[in-house]
Amino acid sequence: MKLVTAIIKPFKLDEVREALSAIGVQGITVTEVKGFGRQKGHTELYRGAEYVVDFLPKVKIEAAIKNEMLDQVVEAIEKAANTGKIGDGKIFVFDVEQVIRIRTGETGAEAI
Amino acid sequence: MKKLIALLALFGAVTLGAPGIALAQDKGAPAATTTTVTDTVKVDAKAGTVTETVKVEEKKEEAKPAAPSPNKGDVAWMLMSTALVIMMSIPALALFYGGMVRAKNMLSVLMQVFVTFSLITVLWCVYGYSLAFTEGNAFFGGFDRLFLSGALDAGKGEFAMAATFSKGVVIPEIVFIAFQATFAAITCALIVGAFAERIKFSAVLIFMVIWFTFAYAPIAHMVWFWMGPDAYTDPKLVDELNAKAGMIWQWGALDFAGGTVVHINAGVAGLVGAYLAGKRIGWGREAMSPHNLPLTMIGASLLWVGWFGFNAGSALEAGNSAALAFLNTFLATACAVLSWSFGEWIFKGKPSMLGAASGAVAGLVAITPAAGNVGVPGAFVIGLAAGLVCLWGVNGLKRMLGADDSLDVFGVHAVGGVLGALLTGVFNAPGLGGPGFVTDWVTAATGFSSIGEQVWVQAKAVGVTIVWSGVVAFIAYKIADLIVGLRVTEEEEREGLDVNSHGETAYHG
Repeated sequence: MKLVTAIIKPFKLDEVREALSAIGVQGITVTEVKGFGRQKGHTELYRGAEYVVDFLPKVKIEAAIKNEMLDQVVEAIEKAANTGKIGDGKIFVFDVEQVIRIRTGETGAEAI
Repeated sequence: MKKLIALLALFGAVTLGAPGIALAQDKGAPAATTTTVTDTVKVDAKAGTVTETVKVEEKKEEAKPAAPSPNKGDVAWMLMSTALVIMMSIPALALFYGGMVRAKNMLSVLMQVFVTFSLITVLWCVYGYSLAFTEGNAFFGGFDRLFLSGALDAGKGEFAMAATFSKGVVIPEIVFIAFQATFAAITCALIVGAFAERIKFSAVLIFMVIWFTFAYAPIAHMVWFWMGPDAYTDPKLVDELNAKAGMIWQWGALDFAGGTVVHINAGVAGLVGAYLAGKRIGWGREAMSPHNLPLTMIGASLLWVGWFGFNAGSALEAGNSAALAFLNTFLATACAVLSWSFGEWIFKGKPSMLGAASGAVAGLVAITPAAGNVGVPGAFVIGLAAGLVCLWGVNGLKRMLGADDSLDVFGVHAVGGVLGALLTGVFNAPGLGGPGFVTDWVTAATGFSSIGEQVWVQAKAVGVTIVWSGVVAFIAYKIADLIVGLRVTEEEEREGLDVNSHGETAYHG
């Protein structure tokens, strides 16, 4: 089992969710986050005061999937979240030791 | 508790100490020499004086002219204007300022404006009005209207009348009192922006009591108190009557709605406060971005609407002068929004919403002394100049001054006020489309001296206001500092004034 974590541009969230549903991903968790990468921040000017805003708003998506779906999922996110411009985000893949469905007590791949 | 007692003691000292000052002044004997009416009402004016009921022996058998009664249209307009100016403080100014601070200090700013507004309204009715708008000397008024005594006898249905700028046109004095109360209150509330985000709430209140008493009231008296047009019945009386007016009025300075009294006065007090309170923690290193510019935009817009009451209402009657002030307030403000926005676009890269809102306020400030004193050409130039000059006021000038004037009270109000006051002296000239001013109150004839002469008079008025307000503000902050301290602790400042000074937070979730 794998956990795919993707940081994407907020306005790409709907497209990514649709792409993941289309290939059969059962559920995702979404968090609004802030951060910076190569895109860096921007400056804001309020009357005489200039502030560098380091952290830009992004959306973090997490999806637990079966091993065999990994390539498909990564490809789907990559395609849907791509604008070609700096700041499109990153995808991280982790191994998952165990998954438990709280309601039934099912474990492992069945619980995903 | 100790602090509270100190506060009350101070309040008491100010109120009780006042009669002492009164005794020290010699009050001119009431002049009611030429009236032929029994039990008539002596009417004074805008900056109106108080009216007194004077018993006079009837000398002739002629038909006595009826005491002037107010026109319903004038009264309706002045009540409306008064309500509009109340709206300028709460919520307009509170929102304009509140949107510009960080979320953790939102309520503290709303609260400082709200309570200052209420405090000054109360003090106004206790002694402020009397000190500003009754006969006294060239600097302070007297105590004839303590607790508004004599302004009305509700039981008998008797209302004293206050004069306007037209002979024989009066409004109930209590309307004038309420209208002027809103000016005193918003002037004090304006200062809050300069030391926002770090000041102690109790220090604000102590400062306000002292500054209002010893800076606002006398400046209002100096600029606006005179005996009113109806008193000028005979050329022989002119010198005597003029001598009873406030010092700056006697010089002939033009201030239609409060360039000196309101904006320069508050702006200077703000700057002194910014210096004495010191910079906010993290100033220049941490981001102190406005937390809600939509609220600032709503506040600025409500200020603009309310300012029609402020400026057009300062005509004191619903006539040509009010109409002129209305149009100028409308036009100059729009000009200032454009000039600030384009100035920002050219010099800073982008036209910002905060800039447009600030431009509107800058334009409103600058047209305030000019409102009914200039024509349309004046409105164009004053508005366009205000946007650019105040843009510099919050950038280049602010850096030069080096004070952390949080919300640019000095850069917008004092700078815009000085600009407006000086340009009023220029564009009042009939040659530049202005109406000129009344040169002879006996005949109500208008004229104009020369631009150079009038600008010099305006500059003197500006100078006196700056020095007077600055000195009183300095002393008032020092007293507040001695009694309670000006600033909250570093920890409280970091966490925010809302939760530490007021025990609540503006936003949840």
